[in-house]
Amino acid sequence: MSQAATTAGAAPAASVATSEQYNYAIIKRFAIAAVLWGVFGMAAGVWIASQLAFPFLNFDIAQITFGRFRPVHTTAVIFGFGGNALFATSYYVVQRTCQTRLWSDSMASFTFYGWNLALVLGVISYTMGITQGREYAEFNWQIDLIILVVWVAYFMVFLMTLLRRNQPHIYVANWFFMSFILATALLHIFNNIEVPVGLFHTQSYPIFSGVQDAMRQWWYGHNAVGFFLTAAFLGMMYYFVPKQAGRPIYSYKLSIIHFWALVFLYMWVGAHHLHWTALPDWVSTLAATFSILLLLPSWGGMINGIMTLSGAWDKLRTDPIMLFLITALAFYGMSTFEGPMMSLKSVNALSHYTDWTVGHVHSGALGWVAMITFGSLYHLMPRLWNVNLYSLKLVYVHFFLATIGIVLYITAMWVAGIGQGLMLRAFDQYGNLAYTFTESVVFLHKPYVVRAIGGGFFLAGMLIMAFNIAMTIRSGIKAEAREAQAASAEARTA
Amino acid sequence: MKHESVETNAGLLIILTLAVISVGGLVEIVPLFYIDDTIEEVDGVRPYTPLEQRGRDIFLREGCYACHSQMVRPFRDEMLRYGHYSLAAESQYDHPFQWGSKRTGPDLARVGGKYSNEWQVQHMIDPQSLVPESIMPGYPWLAETPLNYSDIDRRMIALKRVGVPYSLTEEEYEANVEKFGEEHARMFDIRNAEDSLVQQAQTENFDGNPGTITEMDALVAYLQVLGTMVDFSEYDDGHFAEFR
Repeated sequence: MSQAATTAGAAPAASVATSEQYNYAIIKRFAIAAVLWGVFGMAAGVWIASQLAFPFLNFDIAQITFGRFRPVHTTAVIFGFGGNALFATSYYVVQRTCQTRLWSDSMASFTFYGWNLALVLGVISYTMGITQGREYAEFNWQIDLIILVVWVAYFMVFLMTLLRRNQPHIYVANWFFMSFILATALLHIFNNIEVPVGLFHTQSYPIFSGVQDAMRQWWYGHNAVGFFLTAAFLGMMYYFVPKQAGRPIYSYKLSIIHFWALVFLYMWVGAHHLHWTALPDWVSTLAATFSILLLLPSWGGMINGIMTLSGAWDKLRTDPIMLFLITALAFYGMSTFEGPMMSLKSVNALSHYTDWTVGHVHSGALGWVAMITFGSLYHLMPRLWNVNLYSLKLVYVHFFLATIGIVLYITAMWVAGIGQGLMLRAFDQYGNLAYTFTESVVFLHKPYVVRAIGGGFFLAGMLIMAFNIAMTIRSGIKAEAREAQAASAEARTA
Repeated sequence: MKHESVETNAGLLIILTLAVISVGGLVEIVPLFYIDDTIEEVDGVRPYTPLEQRGRDIFLREGCYACHSQMVRPFRDEMLRYGHYSLAAESQYDHPFQWGSKRTGPDLARVGGKYSNEWQVQHMIDPQSLVPESIMPGYPWLAETPLNYSDIDRRMIALKRVGVPYSLTEEEYEANVEKFGEEHARMFDIRNAEDSLVQQAQTENFDGNPGTITEMDALVAYLQVLGTMVDFSEYDDGHFAEFR
């Protein structure tokens, strides 16, 4: 009896020590929230994808029509799934690499409630038709203010923790997280300068109009991709890839060069969303040029991540978590090649306004962002609850469902986008337009069905992950209860 | 300077990062306010009337921009399909811009006057009744929901604050008469915005239902003005090319 108590007691003693040294409670909450938002946001995505394939699914109900529900999907996956995962991993990484506890439990807790409150309010308000009408910045002005306060708190928590570090050096992952926090603050504030109709009125009007407003919005929009969905997730990559591989980062020099190049170049490229519009040509040309340059630091990050596995490639055969992380980097490399190509004006003339763009976004969002997150969460969750993952087999199942989903999704969108682009610019032998717009819509039906199915595969994988994580947490809680019981029994006998 | 000094000093890391991320935006955005050619001089572009502006609010509310662009590009196929390519001047009163990023449906920059009011109303209520292959959702509630215009003056004041030349004083009104003509200037006067809105809705009766002013009235009023403000027959071919 007493022997059993000691062997069982050894583990909890260690876990008590870590949970005192580090604030794990906040990370647990963010991580669970990420999974829940992931399920909801991806389900919303499959829903709106199905509406495009089968428009009767709009049911003439205002709240669930495509136009109002699309921002529900984008907000839930980008800021809900992605955002909560970033909070969770950045709080974990900054504590582990600085070997210090997170600064201020209450401020950290505030960022959790504040962030998720803003998201819930946002999602509800979109269905009610309350929106700024700016893509990926649809939150109305009151919610923008909540987000601003939360973000300042986030910055404070992160910075103060960095300052309390027990290590002379700030680890590279934290550079990326810090640049993401700073850039997101800059983007959020500048893109949301609006004049409200009244204090209790949800409507506001942006300070700029037309061409300047367009430039501002896509400077925001593309850097939301660049910093929220790239730099921050590179921060995640720089911790979890070497950890899971059990090897140091491939090249320290490369990480320095590609970090500074990436944060500098990204801010120039937003205008490639506005090629051939009424935006002056000089801006668009600059943006295209910098987009091509951006390929270098992007691939620098990919190479640094993938090569970290050199000498341990066999892990890809035995470790499904590694499989997620490395596949994510491969998709990152692919979509950061596709992006610069699409930013060439001649390619963009065909691809812009079509589903090719949607496919490109999703090869980044599903292939890179979601997969690196899945890998990181699978690494993180068992450590937070101090147990083994419920099932590694299910991680494999998730991996293959996700990969099949992505392949279906992006190939369908290539067909849809390039096909529609070619149809709309086709002329017949007399020099008249060969197809009406409606004919191109008819053509899109089949790719849209395939896309919805691809999304369904990806969502199925996400559901399996949620189940796997839930079972892992359950066994963690049970183990904890057993240990507490054993500890109290021991205390009584003593 | 060795990179080590950045890695060991959080303050320095923050300052350098902020400096590096600020350059791109500054170089590309700030000149757009100072280079005169950015927005062409062109006759006819005017602010939206109160009713049109409410229609625009509804266009945003329903997320129409998720599927419809308002930006004709200078390509032969687009100009055949939609009309003259869009000018920067044409969206100078658009807060926010609605150029869009995806055409699941056709571009709307020049949809004004292309179809009758009756067509637009029927198409909004049940798109498939007119275009069987369409994948657009129906918006039947617009025809049934009375337009809320009690706050139209406050909306226009907010728009005035961001630069739309609506008038609040006699002086501003006179300036608008000079610039946009008397008929329009009256529409842009915030002091009788509600009357102007009601008057336009009743005279033009967009939704075919003279009894009530509905959201459909406002939305169709907005759609019907899109891209119609500039009379391109007044300008030589290629006149606008020098501004590109």
